[in-house]
Amino acid sequence: MPAETAGEAAAGEQLPERRPAEVMRELLPAIEPERRLNDWGRSERVDGFMDQTLVEFFYRYWFRTEVEGVDNVPSEAGALLVSNHAGALPPDAPMIAKAIREEHPNPRPLNITVEHFFKGYPGFSMLIPKTGCVAAHPANVHRLLYDERQLVLVFPEGRKGTEKLYRDRYRLRRFGRGGFVEAAMRAEAQIVPTCVIGAEESAPIFGHVDVMKKITGLLYFPITPTFPWLGPFGMLGYLPAKFKIRFLEPIDTLELGGAEAAEDKALVQTLAQEIRAQIQENLHDMLSKRKSVWLG
Amino acid sequence: MTSLEAPRDTDTRRVLVTGLSTYWGGRLAQALESFEHIDAIIGVDTEAPNRELERTEYVKVTNQHSLLERIVRAAEIDTVIDTRLVVNSLMAAPRLAHENNVIGTMNILAACTGSDSPVRKFIFKSSTHYYGAEQDDPAFFTEEMGRPHPARTGLERDILEAEQAVAEFAQRNDNVNVTVLRCANVLGPDVDTAFTRMLRLPAVPMVLGFDPRLQFVHEDDVVHALEHAAFHVAPGIYNVAADGVLALSEIIDLAGRLPLPILPPWGTGIATSSLRRLGFRIPVEVVNQLRFGRGVDNRLFKSTGFDYGYTTREAVIKLAEHMRLAPVMRGTEHEYRYEREIEEFLRWSPNVRREHPGERGGVAADREPLGF
Repeated sequence: MPAETAGEAAAGEQLPERRPAEVMRELLPAIEPERRLNDWGRSERVDGFMDQTLVEFFYRYWFRTEVEGVDNVPSEAGALLVSNHAGALPPDAPMIAKAIREEHPNPRPLNITVEHFFKGYPGFSMLIPKTGCVAAHPANVHRLLYDERQLVLVFPEGRKGTEKLYRDRYRLRRFGRGGFVEAAMRAEAQIVPTCVIGAEESAPIFGHVDVMKKITGLLYFPITPTFPWLGPFGMLGYLPAKFKIRFLEPIDTLELGGAEAAEDKALVQTLAQEIRAQIQENLHDMLSKRKSVWLG
Repeated sequence: MTSLEAPRDTDTRRVLVTGLSTYWGGRLAQALESFEHIDAIIGVDTEAPNRELERTEYVKVTNQHSLLERIVRAAEIDTVIDTRLVVNSLMAAPRLAHENNVIGTMNILAACTGSDSPVRKFIFKSSTHYYGAEQDDPAFFTEEMGRPHPARTGLERDILEAEQAVAEFAQRNDNVNVTVLRCANVLGPDVDTAFTRMLRLPAVPMVLGFDPRLQFVHEDDVVHALEHAAFHVAPGIYNVAADGVLALSEIIDLAGRLPLPILPPWGTGIATSSLRRLGFRIPVEVVNQLRFGRGVDNRLFKSTGFDYGYTTREAVIKLAEHMRLAPVMRGTEHEYRYEREIEEFLRWSPNVRREHPGERGGVAADREPLGF
């Protein structure tokens, strides 16, 4: 008997009906204050420590981050932040999280979606979840947005964004298959397009060494101004480019039809394209106003 | 939240418990004895029960469906609770586990089939090993997800096959309410599972560079979950797991043990098989859990009105407390041995005086943490 089909057959008729969302939300596990980690593996201690030290330093002094439109991030209910992505060890995600924590009137923790790769790589697997990253699985995004009503950050470009070379900077890659739009619609969450400039120049990639990628088993093995020359910590050797983050007007997926419309592939694709175009346009706008890469 | 309560099933009166000599079968039969509206509790197994039972009738029978069917019909069983699934590959040889999990399940299902069968409820205790543990798993499995990857070990394959057989049975027999409970890894002072064994070691082996998220359920909660399924109308598949998913490092810390990251991240399988010889008995199906962990969404079963007595954290703490007390309490518990003649005398002899049926079991007593 093929084992793979067992699940589908079992899922056929046997599943009990789910109660309405409000009831299911109430049934979420209560928070136990004695715990060091939450159910996703996030550690307030590790996350807080990073926030106070490394992220604080980079946010305030190194990248001198400027934030626009932080009010576009909803202060309650689930919302999906969609951003462009760049840099060998991308600094954009922690900066967006920090921007919300610093500037937003109702700061909420941001769940950063990362590749499944990190769960399988020793070391990363321990650290990454503790800093508030979750694997980019549609079910994870759905639970966070719909059941837990939290903020989630996705990079639809994924690895294609971070591995692109310096000469391709600020050219958005393909936005996957629009899975993020589908997830937001299913969860009836708002989508907040987000643009980041500075990340590309702070950690430029000049080339890739495929042999080393194979040997180390990493996602890619880039050549940056400091990596691999300074060893693993060379990954943190960011250049002091000026960071600017712009949160755009949120898109309400409920108005577009919510969960039912998520089945409409054409609508999903169109929306994904529109969001991509919007981010690209705003990136161009931000770049055209930037006088200096380093001073802003 | 009384509004959530699934409708009560008052027709559960004559119960057949399979796997009476297993931990779960024995515990469940003990628990059922204290409910007065249960008229008959029949337990079947190939071995004698190892728990003291008051009114449960033990029938020694192999997994032959014709014999089981005769028992089911003769005793007019309305509810079958199948607790016999082997969910730890170290507890039984692969061939025996397969025989029990796949062939045994099919035989029991066959014994309940038929338009004139008195059975109207079938409860199957399964395991969250059903879902496996892989790199690209969701953080919380829900019941409808199925298994994203093919089974890695023989045991997982057997569990999938057994559930498949139960699903087919449910489809063919509309008049039977089929409940499948997928239990997470169980912890508790009494039960013997892969993780209770690991946490009893002075240092707990971990895979270097990994700190998996794990979710447990307390042994009492599993018994209560089976009871809950028996007394409520709740057909379908449910995850049974306590609230809270903890990192292994946190679990080890709560248990007062030392983390021992000696399993290499590459070639973990080979390393564990050699460790097994040294006494670190880690079953193959748990190896991947030590790397990737597993969490499940437990809300569906809660929405039928079930309340867990322990969170994952509390289950770990409870076990830790028991382990600290164990050296002090050693030898004070007496071992129960089934003696057929004595049991039959106590049950059937007119000379035995019975004042209150079910005086020893008792729901209230059963709700208290057991063990010492």
